[in-house]
Amino acid sequence: MEWESVIGLEIHAQLATKSKIFSSASTAYGAEPNTQACAVDLGLPGVLPVVNKEAIHMAAKFGLATGSNVSRHSVFARKNYFYPDLPKGYQISQFELPIVEKGEMEIELEDGSTKIIGITRAHLEEDAGKSLHEDFHGMTGIDLNRAGTPLLEIVSEPDIRSAKEAVAYMKKLHSLVQYLEICDGNMAEGSFRCDANVSVRLKGQEELGTRAEIKNINSFRFVERAINFEIDRQIDLLESGGEVIQETRLYDADKDETRSMRSKEEANDYRYFPDPDLLPVIIDEAYLEDVRKTLPELPKEKRERFISEYSLTDYDAVILTGSRDLADYFESVVQQSSGDAKLAANWVIGDLSARLNKEDISIDQSPVTADMLASMLKRINDKTISGKIAKDVFNAMWSGEGDADTVIENKGLKQITDNSAIEAMIDEIIASNPQQVEQYRAGKDKVFGFFVGQVMKASQGKANPAQVNEILKQKLSS
Amino acid sequence: MFHTKTLAELSQLLTSGEVSSVELTQAFLQRIKQLDTDLNSFITVTEDQALAQAQAADDTIKAGTAGLLTGIPFAHKDIFCTRDIKTSCGSKMLDNFISPYDATVVEKMSQAGMVMLGKTNMDEFAMGSSNETSYYGPVKNPWNTQSVPGGSSGGSAASVAARLTPAATGTDTGGSIRQPASLCGITGLKPTYGRVSRYGMIAFASSLDQAGPMAQSAEDCALLLNAMAGFDRRDSTSIKKDVPDYTADLNKDLNGLKIGLPKEYFDTGLDAGVAEVIDQAIQQYKDMGAEIIEISLPNTHLAVPVYYVVAPAECSSNLSRFDGVRFGYRCEDPRDLEDLYKRSRGEAFGAEVKRRIMVGTYALSAGYYDAYYLKAQQLRRMISDDFTKAFETVDVIMGPSSPGTAFKIGEKTSDPVSMYLSDIYTIAVNLAGLPGISIPAGFSNNMPVGLQIIANSFEESRLLNVAHQYQQTTEWHRQIPDAFI
Repeated sequence: MEWESVIGLEIHAQLATKSKIFSSASTAYGAEPNTQACAVDLGLPGVLPVVNKEAIHMAAKFGLATGSNVSRHSVFARKNYFYPDLPKGYQISQFELPIVEKGEMEIELEDGSTKIIGITRAHLEEDAGKSLHEDFHGMTGIDLNRAGTPLLEIVSEPDIRSAKEAVAYMKKLHSLVQYLEICDGNMAEGSFRCDANVSVRLKGQEELGTRAEIKNINSFRFVERAINFEIDRQIDLLESGGEVIQETRLYDADKDETRSMRSKEEANDYRYFPDPDLLPVIIDEAYLEDVRKTLPELPKEKRERFISEYSLTDYDAVILTGSRDLADYFESVVQQSSGDAKLAANWVIGDLSARLNKEDISIDQSPVTADMLASMLKRINDKTISGKIAKDVFNAMWSGEGDADTVIENKGLKQITDNSAIEAMIDEIIASNPQQVEQYRAGKDKVFGFFVGQVMKASQGKANPAQVNEILKQKLSS
Repeated sequence: MFHTKTLAELSQLLTSGEVSSVELTQAFLQRIKQLDTDLNSFITVTEDQALAQAQAADDTIKAGTAGLLTGIPFAHKDIFCTRDIKTSCGSKMLDNFISPYDATVVEKMSQAGMVMLGKTNMDEFAMGSSNETSYYGPVKNPWNTQSVPGGSSGGSAASVAARLTPAATGTDTGGSIRQPASLCGITGLKPTYGRVSRYGMIAFASSLDQAGPMAQSAEDCALLLNAMAGFDRRDSTSIKKDVPDYTADLNKDLNGLKIGLPKEYFDTGLDAGVAEVIDQAIQQYKDMGAEIIEISLPNTHLAVPVYYVVAPAECSSNLSRFDGVRFGYRCEDPRDLEDLYKRSRGEAFGAEVKRRIMVGTYALSAGYYDAYYLKAQQLRRMISDDFTKAFETVDVIMGPSSPGTAFKIGEKTSDPVSMYLSDIYTIAVNLAGLPGISIPAGFSNNMPVGLQIIANSFEESRLLNVAHQYQQTTEWHRQIPDAFI
């Protein structure tokens, strides 16, 4: 039997507002428990929510950037359920009338083709607090610092067909929200997390299979693993004559498995209804026009511009526009060096990215800043150093030995471009290797490499390679 | 004898220096001590704070910077959060609750220099029409202590009627200011929804709740509303609209005023004695030059059923925060989370509150939402449209505030529907968000009868003018029960 998996993602992006969605308390991460929870966040008797305009603005930005319909009239609704870290006994969310509807994201698949994933809706809601079970001697501690933090829940259509596509879609969204500066994308702190709805059906079958929802997956790697595990589990179940039940499951990263949390029967009836404490959110054309003006260049536009403006390959452009920080870094390097975009792209995608990956740090934490890399590239272009020597300079800069010029100066890495000096070295090498000269002149071209190596060795890698080639050819054939 | 004076009269005495705020405050505190043991109109009396506020008020008066309300004693319904003072909402659930903040209304009254004598009794979480659902015991009607004062602002109404305080605040979700005002023979105003901030007022039904003044006269209510009203950025449903001086139009004459009498308000459910009093009051208005027009509010019969879907639905959600976790009552030794929830709520909420939470939860449940909540919202719109249409032809609408006079304590407790029907004339006004006032218009079987006047949105000035003119030519509002003279 051939199976097809059907996946939809619900992504919670924490909006980067300074204060909470319905109160003026700070949203900063990591404060002492309950120091960032005001009367409104605590759900004290008599308090009322007031919506944060910045959160509305950010949601509208997201809507425009995904070609969605930004609702002219959206409504906050109460989702009622009891939980100790939910202070009011309800979460203020949006239900029937969300602020964003019907958008799409284009993802690139591994074979190089693209696919459109539909965005059903994106709605605003408040986050809950945290229950802490350790250090309380069998009791539970409640930290309400996170309560009321604004979230944008982005719900996809069930258009995703594999764990890899799911990750591609999630990465794409992750990049977009950071481009838009509406979410810091910090997955370790829970700023960007995902629930996955997974079902399987026989290939060709129209009807959807019963789905399971996997809750709160907070890394790309875990999303891929959790979904793959779940697909296999469901197929095994069906092939052995079992039945998938509709339920909520948790992914356990340590055991690399999903397990049941609650079944549909145990699910809450949330009794959604419009929150009478809040007015409908009304958005008009003029407001949207203002929001549109604040939109940055989006990844797709940027990619196309990089290809046309910098003559980059499609591949390079995709990588460089993968995150706004990376793209900004690249452009800054190009502008500050002599405009050799291809060289800059090679360095950013090559040595720099490799090093960042190895050390597991982000581009804004790179010890080699765009300025530093740009001035090094200038030294390559003006032939002060060769590309090979540049690798040493880069490593030295990375370890904090100063900028390119300082490193070149201190380590004496300046390239030798004086023809007569190179000629002298070559003469000596030809003189001391008569056998190889014979071979070369007898037509054994490979030996040429030997001579280049000898010159570079003698010059400690500093001789200009182009000049070395030229002079060697001349001398050997004369 | 200060207690027989209206707030406006006391204000003059304070300004002229004939009495100090401390003296006034002491006099009223003394009356509360003497007379409230039986009435039970106060939950908390804040003697020390009151005397301190009075002293501060006297200083302000001496400094010549006093306003009209500076130094006037009054009481807050125990639904308004008061910092460092117990705010119980009439419930065992909040018997231990000390609010860390002041409600906006409390702030505003303090800023006006008023002196809070204490917090008045009320139906638990404002759910009731007789003040019998209070955890602190029923309040008695000063006109007959066998009878209820009405509710939910029963403590405020009784304390003003007994002249234990010149004025009090109340809240009105379906008639909770106007019905007890009517049953106790005082003046009570429910402003337009959004006119007074709800911040710090413990929510019953958010889309209906509105705070307002309760006092002897319309003039007093106007002075109090001047202090209470206004936009509050902490309440998204409060309206950004300038607050006029509500005393400015009090003396306009009523010649040519068009009064609508909805025929549905004079139907079979109305007590004959009450009907007679209302007829006389209408005659009085005619004599003052008003034109009487019969109108129809055809969806009146839907108001009570619609209200008893909408209000419980909202309350079932509003009261979820009382879960024994962060504040309020917590059961002893909970076994687990579910036990904590069930017993804390089960032990601390009274029967009427539980009934409404159950009804509301049901109305919002999957499969019932469309049939109940959604349908109720549609009907609410129709009820509102009735009023819009009526105000195209009339300036104000008049009728009884309640179908009968105060009933006996215990008389309706076993029959919730008959209790709910005592708000039949007031509820539609909340559903439509309109301002309404109840003023004393006479007596039936020695118990007070209230006349309700309803105006279009934000026409509180007109309402107060119409009420004040009546009170200029009648003495009903100056009547005091014998035991409290």
